[in-house]
Amino acid sequence: MNHWIRLLISAFVLTLLSAPTLAAEEVNLYSARKEALIKPLLDRFTQQTGIKVNLITGKAKTLLKRVQSEGHNTPADILLTTDAGNLHAATAAHLLQPVDNVTLNAVVPQNLHDPEDRWYALSIRSRVIVYSKERVKASELSTYEDLANPKWKGRICVRSSSNIYNQSLLASLISHNGAKQAENWAKGIVANMAQPPKGNDRSQVKAVAVGICDIAIINTYYMGVMLQKDGPQKKAASQVSIFFPNQDGRGAHINISGAGIIKDAKHKENAIRLLEFLVSDEAQQWYAQANHEYPIKSGIPVSDIVNAWGYPFKQDTLNVAELGKYNADAVKIFDRAGWK
Amino acid sequence: MQHSITGSSALSARPCFTFYRPSGWTLAAAVVALIIATPILTILGFLFYPGSGTWQHLADTVLADYVINSLLLMLGVAAGAGSIGICTAWLTSMYSFPGRQLFVWSLLLPLAIPAYIIAFTYTGMFEAAGPVQEWIRESFNLRYGEYWFPEIRSLGGAISMLSLVLYPYVYLLARTAFLDQSVCALEASRTLGCGPWRSFFFVALPLARPAIVTGLSLALMETLADYGTVQYFGISTFTTGIFRTWFGLDDSVAAAQLSGLLMTFVFVLILLEHWSRRQARFHHTTNRYQTLPNIKLPPLMGWIATIACLLPLFFGFLLPVGQLTQWAIMTFSEMVNESFYELMLNSFPLAGAAAVLALIPALILGYGNRNRATPLSRFLVRLSGMGYAIPGTVIAVGVLIPFGALDNSIDNWMLKHLNISTGLIFSGTVFILLFAYMVRFFTVSLNSVESGLAKIRPSLDEAAKTMGYGGFEILRHLHLPIMKGTLLTALIIVFVDVVKELPATLVLRPFNFNTLAVRAFELASDERLADSSTAAIAIVFVSIIPVIILSRTIAHSRPGQPQ
Repeated sequence: MNHWIRLLISAFVLTLLSAPTLAAEEVNLYSARKEALIKPLLDRFTQQTGIKVNLITGKAKTLLKRVQSEGHNTPADILLTTDAGNLHAATAAHLLQPVDNVTLNAVVPQNLHDPEDRWYALSIRSRVIVYSKERVKASELSTYEDLANPKWKGRICVRSSSNIYNQSLLASLISHNGAKQAENWAKGIVANMAQPPKGNDRSQVKAVAVGICDIAIINTYYMGVMLQKDGPQKKAASQVSIFFPNQDGRGAHINISGAGIIKDAKHKENAIRLLEFLVSDEAQQWYAQANHEYPIKSGIPVSDIVNAWGYPFKQDTLNVAELGKYNADAVKIFDRAGWK
Repeated sequence: MQHSITGSSALSARPCFTFYRPSGWTLAAAVVALIIATPILTILGFLFYPGSGTWQHLADTVLADYVINSLLLMLGVAAGAGSIGICTAWLTSMYSFPGRQLFVWSLLLPLAIPAYIIAFTYTGMFEAAGPVQEWIRESFNLRYGEYWFPEIRSLGGAISMLSLVLYPYVYLLARTAFLDQSVCALEASRTLGCGPWRSFFFVALPLARPAIVTGLSLALMETLADYGTVQYFGISTFTTGIFRTWFGLDDSVAAAQLSGLLMTFVFVLILLEHWSRRQARFHHTTNRYQTLPNIKLPPLMGWIATIACLLPLFFGFLLPVGQLTQWAIMTFSEMVNESFYELMLNSFPLAGAAAVLALIPALILGYGNRNRATPLSRFLVRLSGMGYAIPGTVIAVGVLIPFGALDNSIDNWMLKHLNISTGLIFSGTVFILLFAYMVRFFTVSLNSVESGLAKIRPSLDEAAKTMGYGGFEILRHLHLPIMKGTLLTALIIVFVDVVKELPATLVLRPFNFNTLAVRAFELASDERLADSSTAAIAIVFVSIIPVIILSRTIAHSRPGQPQ
């Protein structure tokens, strides 16, 4: 029994130790970006500024609930998510405050930050088409809309519509073409699917490589990560090519990872400094090299792998806030279309 | 009244006061049950918010899918985990065959593997692009679609994955029950001319039914709460539906309504378990114990038994762990560093504390209900035990909201009256995390305590009392020895569950606090399977140690067995 009592005591000591200490120079970050994809940057920031960054990672929506329930006492200073939809949800719940910051406004393009300056993009990701080098010619591909064409029947792989990247893609179609056409599009895709949606974006690439389907819809950086290390994933990824859709029209669909400052932030100055750091050239290069994402400003070199796909490409200039606005509509359309 | 003697016993005056005054117990039990049920009530509270049109939308489109898939999944896992668990438990407790000593404890090992890890691992091996199918294609010069291979990411796949990691619940409880059975009943059945099969089906199985049903209901509740596997396999169930509705449609009311529907499933399970227990009181048939006969099987039958035990062990543990080990060897140098040891140091004390914390209220409720259960207190107990079937994320949100409100009201009050800001006292600490674990895994402890208590005939207590024993002494000298095995089982299952727990940990943990499960999941969900393997293996090995202790204790806890 003594053993358990000791465990209990150690748990309480842990409780005390893990309560955020009141050091002067720190900033508290709630991040939907996974630890491995943010920690190196935060360490660099601490090195440069001496400001300690306390981190919790988790799913965006649950972090948002946590901020909400912690109320005005929340320790969170920054909420960082990997898509515009969740940032929009945070503003809708009145959790973020406007940041009228010269650097951020100058660096982050107009369509990549909240119209009321409550959040800013930190990196860009594009959702594109990949196709089998063996069975599809690039000339057969054109737009997202064309994927609903019966000529692709039984040839498309795409992940579940529970995934927010698909929700955002459909939201952009709602915004551009209207809900009616967007729903027809979703139904068309479902009719063209080679298999019920399963797995994540990397699985779709593998499915094309193996021959389950001929084309798939994925975010580009997954291809980047698959290609950078020798092994079966690289083998699969080298059998497919990337196609940027709608290059003759509005451009390829993009989404962002981004961050905003919490309304009740206790370390607002430090939080702004961290955001400024995350849009700095150094941080932008890190995103581009380490996770093969696209920088938010021009002049930053992308990784060699990404460069080989063609950069720059034409990007949809729709304000990414729109993606959040139509998120719930998109989910309902998916449900009606039978897109699992 | 049966309690009248103890009140006046001088020997036991102090401890007895708390243990044997029924009204005190009942009150304590009600309060504890209410506290634990708070997060569940919070979620259900959303039901009373004005609804939007979402429910109609769900009913028109995806609701039927959620219900049917959840039902099929449960049926499949009940059949799979049930048959594996009962067969292996019966074989290892009654017969001797090659490898039996090894199987007794090693059959528990799959318990150490989180369902999402086994799902990721099997997908990595057996998907169309995986090494196995690639080998088939290359060896026979086939293309995809020209040969048949079971689709791992399917409903059948999910049933297999969950059965493989959940059967130990049934095995564990069924084996304890088989060992606890007095051999006399079996001997009697033999002398009455029952062969081994009939003895099994008509004597041993009915006697062990409460334990088996408890094990099954744990497995099924875990099945209902599973998110990682079904999400990865693309199967629409209640859990994926709740996430989608809450986070995709941004409709917490409709999500709560779905949770409510899920809870009715759980309630049916719980009622079923209770009905099964009430069919007969399963007190000890007799107190005469002999060493179990351990019938030696003839060679052929013996080897069949060996294979029957080896298969679940192989597919539930050896194969996935072998694959994980292979990956871990590839990535070991990269992934194991100081921060990795920190993860382990975070995970273990956390799990240990949670295991103890879940047992204390279980004891209070168990005893409270044993002495004097009212329909209300019984209902509260059932309500507080539902956390096990509710996805961790939903529990987390249910914990966040009341604690946030509590913290902020304390802060407001202190500011107003004493001009001191207390900030957040509970939110963002290990305390709230431990509380969430308690809510989530409370049923495990409670079921064990209750099935342990069910073995103690009230007449035993009464006999002890007439001999002048006080309440505390009865607990110590009578109940504790009888319940030792079951209590340890409770501690260890909760320990292992917490080491594996993911979603609630993700949301509720303090700053800079990571566990092995968080690390493993973050990497695995990015399909960085090889990188996640070191953390996954660490979870497995950490969980093995208590599992082995447990199996040893079970072997020794049989009354009448030399200690």
